[in-house]
Amino acid sequence: MSAEQQPGRHVDPEATTSTEPEAAPAQHAATAVATDGSPGHVQGHGASEAPADAKTLLSVEDLRMWFPVKSSGVIHRTVGHVQAVDGVSFEVAEGASLGLVGESGCGKSTTGKLITRLLNPTGGSINFQGRDIATLKERELKPLRREIQMIFQDPYTSLNPRHTVGSIIGAPLRIHKIVPENKVLDRVRELLEIVGLNPEHYNRFPNEFSGGQRQRIGIARALTLNPKLLVADEPVSALDVSIQAQVVNLLQSIQSEFGVAFLFIAHDLAIVRHFCPEVAVMYLGKVVEIGDRDSIYQRSMHPYTQALLSAVPDVKQAAIGGRRERIRLEGDVPSPINPPSGCRFRTRCPIAQDICAKVEPPLLQIGPKHKVACHFPGTIGNHPTKPATTGLLGLDADGNADPRASASSELNTSPGYADRWYDIDRQSMTGA
Amino acid sequence: MSSSPTQVHDGTRSQSAGDPLLVVKDLKVHFPTSDGVVKAVDGLSYTVERGKTLGIVGESGSGKSVSSSAIMGLFHGSSAQLSGQILLDGTDVLTLSEKEMRALRGRDVAMIFQDPLSALHPYYTVGAQIIEAYRVHQDVKKSVARRRAIELLDRVGIPQPDRRVDDYPHQFSGGMRQRAMIAMGLVNDPSMLIADEPTTALDVTVQAQILDLLQDLQREFNSAVIIITHDLGVVAEMTDDTLVMYGGRAVEYGKTSEILTHPEMPYTWGLLSSVPEVTGDTSAKLIPIPGNPPSLLNPPSGCHFHPRCAHRDKVPGDLCVTTTPELVPGGRDPHHLKRCHLADPEDIYLQEVLPEIAPDLVDEIAAPEQTGAPGVHGTTGTTEQGGRA
Repeated sequence: MSAEQQPGRHVDPEATTSTEPEAAPAQHAATAVATDGSPGHVQGHGASEAPADAKTLLSVEDLRMWFPVKSSGVIHRTVGHVQAVDGVSFEVAEGASLGLVGESGCGKSTTGKLITRLLNPTGGSINFQGRDIATLKERELKPLRREIQMIFQDPYTSLNPRHTVGSIIGAPLRIHKIVPENKVLDRVRELLEIVGLNPEHYNRFPNEFSGGQRQRIGIARALTLNPKLLVADEPVSALDVSIQAQVVNLLQSIQSEFGVAFLFIAHDLAIVRHFCPEVAVMYLGKVVEIGDRDSIYQRSMHPYTQALLSAVPDVKQAAIGGRRERIRLEGDVPSPINPPSGCRFRTRCPIAQDICAKVEPPLLQIGPKHKVACHFPGTIGNHPTKPATTGLLGLDADGNADPRASASSELNTSPGYADRWYDIDRQSMTGA
Repeated sequence: MSSSPTQVHDGTRSQSAGDPLLVVKDLKVHFPTSDGVVKAVDGLSYTVERGKTLGIVGESGSGKSVSSSAIMGLFHGSSAQLSGQILLDGTDVLTLSEKEMRALRGRDVAMIFQDPLSALHPYYTVGAQIIEAYRVHQDVKKSVARRRAIELLDRVGIPQPDRRVDDYPHQFSGGMRQRAMIAMGLVNDPSMLIADEPTTALDVTVQAQILDLLQDLQREFNSAVIIITHDLGVVAEMTDDTLVMYGGRAVEYGKTSEILTHPEMPYTWGLLSSVPEVTGDTSAKLIPIPGNPPSLLNPPSGCHFHPRCAHRDKVPGDLCVTTTPELVPGGRDPHHLKRCHLADPEDIYLQEVLPEIAPDLVDEIAAPEQTGAPGVHGTTGTTEQGGRA
């Protein structure tokens, strides 16, 4: 945009770099997945598939991040908490990708920062390769940094402008003393090649690259230590449409080549659908629905997921004309300092009833790979009129404790999926 | 109208019903720099009628924002060299003095910017900024202008507008700020509204609300709207006409329903194939456009897109490298203009591009070719909608 906004300035990185030889590596980059460098042979990637029978790499349970809100004045008393992440549970298998979607402020980026331990969680556990890393001390974290790395959203601010690309990508090698000093450069060149940049450009500065190329540098830096898990926080949303696809394809080929698992945080539902075989939808610090791609995109049961999906403008609408039918959500997301009681979505929910204000719906498994946190789960137009969760929670239809019933022992709130799940139609547990 | 545009080739279309409010003819915006002339916009022509919406699509640096800034007369006093004509309701905006332009700007043509946080002044209340915009053009008392501001904030869906009018921009959420910007743009009932990436910074649910609002307001005021965006979904749902820009030039121009269903220019194919869809086939592939957008300082010879074009070898000789293709009607529709040397783009699109990017649509799009039935292309969309509604 800089060329348009500052017409007098011609030192636009996009413009200057494309006159220089970087244009060539970029082309090379786009086809890093293909064998041929000519534009005629650019190959696309289909949607990612989940690896079969992979072991669990990351298991997050009841993760909480509450930021204190201090009063003004001399004594800063804590007057409340921003409940940015409140009881989030999910699993990521080796070599798999989980997408985290939701509106801004729903806690998806905070979740990413907690898993990379850039923030210290208020509560809950983060099991990485069977070890709880939620409470590790700074010194114990250092070896962990090799395993979990992060790709940031903004390629313009996440690279130090005064360091060369070589020193940016080589820094992790030096810090962790992985290779002797005289071998660092070789590894840097190798990494530049992997992400589709010219390996001879290691001594250039970030400002000499375009946005897409900088994002590739960020990816190379994250790959330096051969991590097992990459947390990608909006990795393509700052890029132009045509460049977005290049970077998504690069991430896909990296995943298939190195078997690295992804926690892919994005607000673009279409990109997430393409990249992630499994998706979690967050609202106001909670996971409201999680499941495999088809469950979320074809048979979503939560009214929020349905509203979110129906709001995405669709290119196919061009043939019909006019706007797509959609579920209208009124108002804005409530404040996470004082979230609504019970179900946090109830204030904007088109199907909310009394029970929603009283009882928080559990994240209930309703299919082999599908969990939803709603008292009235159902596809659009098929939401039940009576709450489906009362039998499990030991409540009556209004959300009051039912003296004749008690909470079912079969209610499973652990991360991951069980072999038996709750069948909403029959209101009983069922299995595969 | 001082002159009636009748030439199809320069992109102005007076044949269709309605009264063209804005006619841009052969617009050039060049910026002289120490390294040479940056041709940000190089010979652009289009028309927008009252009550109609034009979508301008393109990458960063394709000239889409520069061309609309020219309509707003924002290059007065800069070193930019402008030529061509911008006829707004018959008046050539380019010949106006800065004083005359000031009288026009905000009253007849208004702009909504991408980032409302930086487009609104942080030091003044939202109300004060709307009141100012109103009193510049209307000779009214402050109290009248304030009532008008409250009325508009209410119209764009700000809750408790009589209280929020005294809030500062930082007290508004992102969606509310964008609504306030729209209120400010509409305060003088402009006949022409330019929205530069109006929803790019917003969440999908808020985006849908803002797009609804824009559509309602357009119907209410019968204004002409230009939406500048990179989101083809927004273009598909909001616009009547689409203009695809690349390297400062229009490369494809026509009805949105035509351009997005039967695109004839490889760059448009590239845009369509590099965006995944939220509905449709999951086996569809994401095929990026290789390389980077061109430098406008030193654009490629011939067709600006040729270094990134995958279909260059289908054109005989080195025509693409040596000769700039004209913006001429393609094979389907005299109003569907494209700037490409390819002789049979429709066949290439159906046989090579579509099977990769939307395998589910191949049969559907090929079938109505014979019957000529409109709208069959979108069957998948409709049925899915049916299931959703």
